[in-house]
Amino acid sequence: MNSGLIFGLTGIAVFAIGLFGALVMVEPLRRVLALKLCSVGAGFLLVVGAWQAPPDMPDPVPHALVITGIVVMISATAVALALIRRLHSLERASDE
Amino acid sequence: MTDPLLIFDVILGLAIVALAVAVLAMHDRFAMIVLFIVFGLLSALAWVRLSAPDVALAEAAIGTGLTGALLLTTLHHIRATPPAPVPVPAGAIIANLGLCGLIFGGLVVAFLSTPLQAPGLALPVAQNMEASGVAHPVTAVLLNFRAYDTLMEVVVLLAAIVAVWMVERGTAQAPSPVMGEIYRGFARLALPAIVIIGTYLLWVGAYAPGGAFQGGAVLAAVGLLLLLSRLYRPQPAHRPLARLGFVLGTAVFAGIALLVASGGRVPFEYPAAHAKTLILLIEGMVTISIAVTLAALFHGREPEYASVSENHK
Repeated sequence: MNSGLIFGLTGIAVFAIGLFGALVMVEPLRRVLALKLCSVGAGFLLVVGAWQAPPDMPDPVPHALVITGIVVMISATAVALALIRRLHSLERASDE
Repeated sequence: MTDPLLIFDVILGLAIVALAVAVLAMHDRFAMIVLFIVFGLLSALAWVRLSAPDVALAEAAIGTGLTGALLLTTLHHIRATPPAPVPVPAGAIIANLGLCGLIFGGLVVAFLSTPLQAPGLALPVAQNMEASGVAHPVTAVLLNFRAYDTLMEVVVLLAAIVAVWMVERGTAQAPSPVMGEIYRGFARLALPAIVIIGTYLLWVGAYAPGGAFQGGAVLAAVGLLLLLSRLYRPQPAHRPLARLGFVLGTAVFAGIALLVASGGRVPFEYPAAHAKTLILLIEGMVTISIAVTLAALFHGREPEYASVSENHK
């Protein structure tokens, strides 16, 4: 047992929980959060893949990929949230 | 097995999984977002344990801090109407639970049969570090060896702000969140310190964990504080300046790649003598773009002239 194994299983569990949430949740805000959980789970696996037992240096390439992924994810989240706000104001306008 | 840090890892892993469940199970939407922020910070802590401090910094600043701010400001817009409960058929829940369980099991089997601690690309990166112009491997990969990825990432950020401004044009105006007088004093004290931390993170990225994305995210927090404390109010006349800020990083990044390519080299094959200067120039401009773009994504709506927005109504 080592840190890589523990956090690899953590990442897979978080990914599966996020996937289930994205499939089952109805509220848009919750779906976005569930997909965000999926992306963190995927990030866990990449970081674990790069990991080396402490005296050795980790592989920097997956680290760079995860940083890229984090920035792409906030871009996608921001657009999704803007769509949610628009949808909400359209629904309110049609209610009135 | 008796290593106390391993016990810490197990507890941390279990806490992260429990928080992921709690985020989705939480009924109150505000509590849901707060739990998500805690989840993100603990994930960042786990990544520090996996010796990935750069990723942990990016996750804490961008993936958790700024994403949390975006989620909270969206909740502020939509909280007036609580969602009508839509019943999900039990069959759909059970089927999805079974399928996700299968995916989880399959991924675990695949993960356990994959050799961990494979050498990967660490060695080629280490061998070419001298040619990269910087001393920190992650920065070398981001800005030199795999600079195309990073250029595309900056373009994605640019596309996001364009999309958000377009979508928000039709959104009804909501009162923007404001902090009280005490926070304004706090902002005056904290802002200079945050600016220094952000610039330091950018500079230190050349030889230690840090860099354009982490520094840009911290500087974006300056923008958030300025917006929330009303020390800065976006004016329609500032739009050209904001657009310049959005495009600056992409333009300088692509421009330098083309300049390098015009000298009979491959794009991003920086001349060794100027590699560090060029990388720092790109990083500096990208940092400004990231900070301006992330703050604008938080603000959402583009500043409009009063008459224009009334015509839209």
